[in-house]
Amino acid sequence: MWDYSDKVIDHYRNPRNVGKIDNADAVGLAGSLACGDQLKIYLKIENNIVTDAKFQTFGCGSAVASSSILTEMIIGKTVDEVKKITNQDIADQLDGLPPEKMHCSVMGYEALEDALKNWDNYQDLDEIRNEAPEKIVCTCFGVTENQIWDAIKSNGFKTVDEITEYTQAGGACGRCKSLIKDIIDTYYKKETEESTLSPAQKILKINNIIENQISLELKKDGGDITLVDIQDNKVMVKLRGKCSGCKNSHLTLKAFVETTLRDAVDKNIEVVEV
Amino acid sequence: MSLIYLDNNATTKVDPKVLEAMMPYLQEEYANPSSIYDFAKRSNYAVKEARGIIKDFFNAENEKEIIFTSCGSESANMAVRGVLNMNKNKRHIITTQVEHPCVLNLYQALEKEGYKVDYIGVNSNGELDLAQLEQTINNDTAIVSIMYANNETGVIFPIEKISEIIKSKNKETKFFVDAVQVSGKIPIDVQTMGADLVGISGHKFHAPKGIGALYVNSKTLIKPLIIGGHQERGKRAGTENVPYIVGMAKAAELATDCLKYEATEVKRLRDKLEANILKNVYNARLNAGIVNRVPNTTNIGFEYIEGELILLHLSDLGICASSGSACTSGSLEPSHVLRAMNVPFTAIHGSIRFSLSKYTTEKEIDYVCEKMPGIIEKLTNLSPFQDELEALKKLKN
Repeated sequence: MWDYSDKVIDHYRNPRNVGKIDNADAVGLAGSLACGDQLKIYLKIENNIVTDAKFQTFGCGSAVASSSILTEMIIGKTVDEVKKITNQDIADQLDGLPPEKMHCSVMGYEALEDALKNWDNYQDLDEIRNEAPEKIVCTCFGVTENQIWDAIKSNGFKTVDEITEYTQAGGACGRCKSLIKDIIDTYYKKETEESTLSPAQKILKINNIIENQISLELKKDGGDITLVDIQDNKVMVKLRGKCSGCKNSHLTLKAFVETTLRDAVDKNIEVVEV
Repeated sequence: MSLIYLDNNATTKVDPKVLEAMMPYLQEEYANPSSIYDFAKRSNYAVKEARGIIKDFFNAENEKEIIFTSCGSESANMAVRGVLNMNKNKRHIITTQVEHPCVLNLYQALEKEGYKVDYIGVNSNGELDLAQLEQTINNDTAIVSIMYANNETGVIFPIEKISEIIKSKNKETKFFVDAVQVSGKIPIDVQTMGADLVGISGHKFHAPKGIGALYVNSKTLIKPLIIGGHQERGKRAGTENVPYIVGMAKAAELATDCLKYEATEVKRLRDKLEANILKNVYNARLNAGIVNRVPNTTNIGFEYIEGELILLHLSDLGICASSGSACTSGSLEPSHVLRAMNVPFTAIHGSIRFSLSKYTTEKEIDYVCEKMPGIIEKLTNLSPFQDELEALKKLKN
């Protein structure tokens, strides 16, 4: 039996916001009957704020709990806030889901995404259903290439099993497992091409450039710089000497330090003074 | 909240009389039956006596035809691999699409080892396609392996007829019957069945887990899987599990005494539960035809709702059942049995198996009958398929 959290149990026992909104501003759909779970979510949106949300779910305990808590999470939020919700947020709000059940939270996320996509010019649901399908990888569960790609990208999955737990793809007949493996390989091949540096190498390189290049330049003007911390692409530095308190320090930071690091290491680097 | 256990096809409660019979062999009578001194005589005798009882349970001719094993899976592995390893030149196996996963996984492993395996299908009633079986048997067929009854639907397969078909096509082909799901529910008679090998598992008929048996008729030779001591006439090495062997024998005696009760009372309660649900729940359908079934099992599909959710709500009331739904197993795949029967997807995910036992009471069944419509109604209201459900309701009325 699954080890469900008390929150999951509470939500499948007493689901919130069950039903349909007749004049909904947006309706989203995810999953299918054949796969064993389907979620329909209805939103009422006024002045960019989700004023009401209801759901109907065909699925297991964690699917119902994910849908139920999702409606609670979005009511009263602005559309921009709602757009930022990920499947992990749904799972976190439920105090976690068993790994095999993570796809239930993904379904919630997908239904929400689908609803927002259809929000501006809300179409009849049947039309949405009849849209040209994307390339399906797993025919048993109707999982597309894009869904698998997104799953790898947002979770860093490296194995087919992880993909299966998350998206269900490959969970039934298993014929698509080699295709999933190909997608994983392609993704990581591409990623390596994009950034060949490991995080450790990146830190070293940034440190070297600051010490041997930037610092020397600033010293010429009686200033100096030290590296404080690096978090992903955020480089935190302290300006010293004449630079500290200089009213042009912002310019120094952005136009000189940031540009130098961006050119040499990674175009996404952001330099901040701490 | 008291427990209402309706999952007896998964496992059963140990009968207190079984435990009582086992206790001396877990305590003072701990001798190894192979030892020479007088102290070992009682445990040696206990195993002999148990073998006689299990022989009778199978209605076998000779005690030498009984091998004690640890479980149903071991019995199946020993039977199939034992026969195949004895007939190395034959590479063809026939089984069914609806075998228990423990047997199916064995065949999938054998396929990887180079064997050709054919899987016989079933119709929507759950009955085997005997014509397909007849066509599939050939000179290379080493073994045909068919369960006595299906564990999910309870549908009983016509073993005698199947045996006739096999022997008429190829006299050398061995016939293994997985009888795990019928033991203690209907009589097992290896002589009329015409089977060469028959496997059972103790925990399905109120013995503890960890003990099983395999009948191998005297004309069938098998290679042992476990090599070691001389136990079980060299067919299965390992010191005899005396207390569990004694326990299974006691359970077999009790089960034999209980067969009439199973066929009448247990069946009556099962039928009552089934009829009640089908009458009071408009989106319920029976996942089996009006065919011969074991008396304790029913499998009901609830359309447009999902099985795990039903089980969780039943569990909140202390009711234990099981589901053909993908979500409960973690495999993500809905029941292979119901898929083979072409049960529609609308019902396959919402299929619930209730399996009763001699311990099931009328009061318990009445309680489930009373609670079931409410649970299903609550979950039906959650479903996104309201239009389809409405249409179904109209159809039923």
